[in-house]
Amino acid sequence: MPDQKWDRVIEPKKGWFSLDLAELARHKDLLFLFFKRDVISVYKQTVLGPVWFFIQPIITSLVFTLIFGNMAKISTDGMPPFLFYLTGMTLWNYFASTVTNNANIFGANQTVFGKVYFPRLLVPLSNILANLFKFSLQLIIFLGIWIYYTSTGRVEPNVYAWLLPLNLFFTSCMGLGIGLILSSFTVKYRDLTFLVGFGVQLLMYASSIIFPLSIVSGKLRYILLLNPMTSMIECMKFGFLGQGVVTPMYLAYAYGFSFIILFIGVLLFNRKETDFIDSV
Amino acid sequence: MLALKVNKVSKIYRLGEFNTSSAFQSVKALFKRNQEEILNNNRTQEAQSNLIYALQDIDFEVPQGQVLGIIGRNGAGKSTLLKVLSRVTSPSRGSIQIKGRMASLLEVGTGFHPDLTGLENIYLNGAILGMNKREIKSKLEEIVEFSGVRQYIDTPVKRYSSGMQVRLAFAVAAHLEPDIMIVDEVLAVGDADFQEKCIGKMKTVSGEGRTVLFVSHSMGTIRSLCTRGILLKNGQMAFDGSVEDCIDGYLKSAMLVGEDGSVPEGMSLLNNGMGRITKVGMFNQEGHIEKVVRFKSDLPISISFNSASYAGPILIGIQVKNVHNDKIVDYVNSYDQSSIAVEKGISELEIKLDNQFLPGKYYLDLTIALPNGEAIDSIENALEFSVSNLGATPELNYNSTVVNGYVSGKASWLMK
Repeated sequence: MPDQKWDRVIEPKKGWFSLDLAELARHKDLLFLFFKRDVISVYKQTVLGPVWFFIQPIITSLVFTLIFGNMAKISTDGMPPFLFYLTGMTLWNYFASTVTNNANIFGANQTVFGKVYFPRLLVPLSNILANLFKFSLQLIIFLGIWIYYTSTGRVEPNVYAWLLPLNLFFTSCMGLGIGLILSSFTVKYRDLTFLVGFGVQLLMYASSIIFPLSIVSGKLRYILLLNPMTSMIECMKFGFLGQGVVTPMYLAYAYGFSFIILFIGVLLFNRKETDFIDSV
Repeated sequence: MLALKVNKVSKIYRLGEFNTSSAFQSVKALFKRNQEEILNNNRTQEAQSNLIYALQDIDFEVPQGQVLGIIGRNGAGKSTLLKVLSRVTSPSRGSIQIKGRMASLLEVGTGFHPDLTGLENIYLNGAILGMNKREIKSKLEEIVEFSGVRQYIDTPVKRYSSGMQVRLAFAVAAHLEPDIMIVDEVLAVGDADFQEKCIGKMKTVSGEGRTVLFVSHSMGTIRSLCTRGILLKNGQMAFDGSVEDCIDGYLKSAMLVGEDGSVPEGMSLLNNGMGRITKVGMFNQEGHIEKVVRFKSDLPISISFNSASYAGPILIGIQVKNVHNDKIVDYVNSYDQSSIAVEKGISELEIKLDNQFLPGKYYLDLTIALPNGEAIDSIENALEFSVSNLGATPELNYNSTVVNGYVSGKASWLMK
């Protein structure tokens, strides 16, 4: 039998760096359908549908205004408290849902993964798209309220506001990266699924959402800055509201760190996807 | 041209609680890994190690357009093989080469999302199999037509019956023109009409030069559909060749009882400690095992049953199966209002079956159960026997050249 050309070879384990981008590209229709599925299935059988995406950040910000602003009287650096919390929450919500959705990716898609093959990375990517969709709706709300405050002269935006796309991109990297790293462990150690939910919540308190970084000084400030989300949220607050602690150094660190996390996450995920079904 | 080449593929699984283990056990396993011996997937043996071959050195090639049947008992590795082929899990060793696009249908509702409608799922499934939107659109009408769920196409699939899900899943997989189609036991869920439709479709698909890999326990379906068979046994390939020989090999390999009628320990399907069948056979007057009986002659079956703890009434069930592995007659002592009780220790039972079988080969399953139906012991393919053309008396010789069925019917024949 003469040697023939094969379309595909299945082998025990792929190498660490065998990301098949061409295959990903071939499945772009599937990416879109997964995205559609993720968006639609969230508000199927709900009365308000996508309106929930708007309600959530507004209610949270109102509660924060009431508790942290009015009762605990935590400083917001002179910024209007409601807008202050909304700014932080808009970006943070995006990060948090990216992490939690991706951390449980193998568990949530067990039935599909157990029966058919497709590049598994499509699922986290569609997750990102669905979360971006949600984020853009929340951004509209934020911008609406922000324009109102700006027009009344209560906040003074600056050019740093234009860094939003960049912040968004690296927030995606960070969320996806952490989610993927966790996902490759939650498969085997279910304990982590419990940890993820409340770990993300704890991290929120270390991300300068309910307080401005300017009221933290010394060692503690640097500890908070270790978390890349702190710099990115500060950058957004500085750009849109005019108050925040941002330096190019801090931002460069946050961006670089996010990218490395993403890199590690994709490597681990890629490694795990071929045989996770045996250990679910 | 080959469609598929499987090169020495092995899949090793770890038994027991490993998968949900704590980090500590995981670390321990890391040091132990190289010393452990890997066992054959032979479930009749007590496991000495907790690594096991679900597949061991599977090696075969499939030319384009062939319909290959894969058969074997439960746990022989059929589903694992299909999983490895469809890339759901990776092999531990060896490699597989594939030519063309592959679509697999493993279990019910392949890749369906419960909240999406049938239509949305058709698109999703098609895309998973690697089609683009245009290709799916052009096939949409045929898929809906074939699945017969047109009325429900805008309903979420979570409200579908399992039969409807299989119909839709099969329709999608079959119409998306894969070069290789893998079908696991799923069709068993559909009704007879749909099964026939699917088998017809698979035949057409293979006629178009596409390759089909098909797993089933229904030997009749395998025989009518496949041209070649592979028999798996304990994760190894036991036979590869014509489908007839393969089925024969399967039924033979499934024979557990020794030539003298003794049932080896650990061979029964159940092992609950209540008791076990130690001997089963059809013995002639000299006490030798009889394999061929005459048409309409007696069918005497002797059973030794060793009750470890139970004393009281029992049910004895005997199912006779044809060469396609279909059960055709069911005998239970309660049907004849005959009550049998056993004591602790060995009881000898003598059963005489009413022999209405037409010439041919038959297999027999045997179960002994408590009066409430809970099985004490059960043996699959406990006996094999053939009915010959020769009658019990010369007048009863079976003279027809064709055998019309399996059982001769009884009726009263009157002239008015």
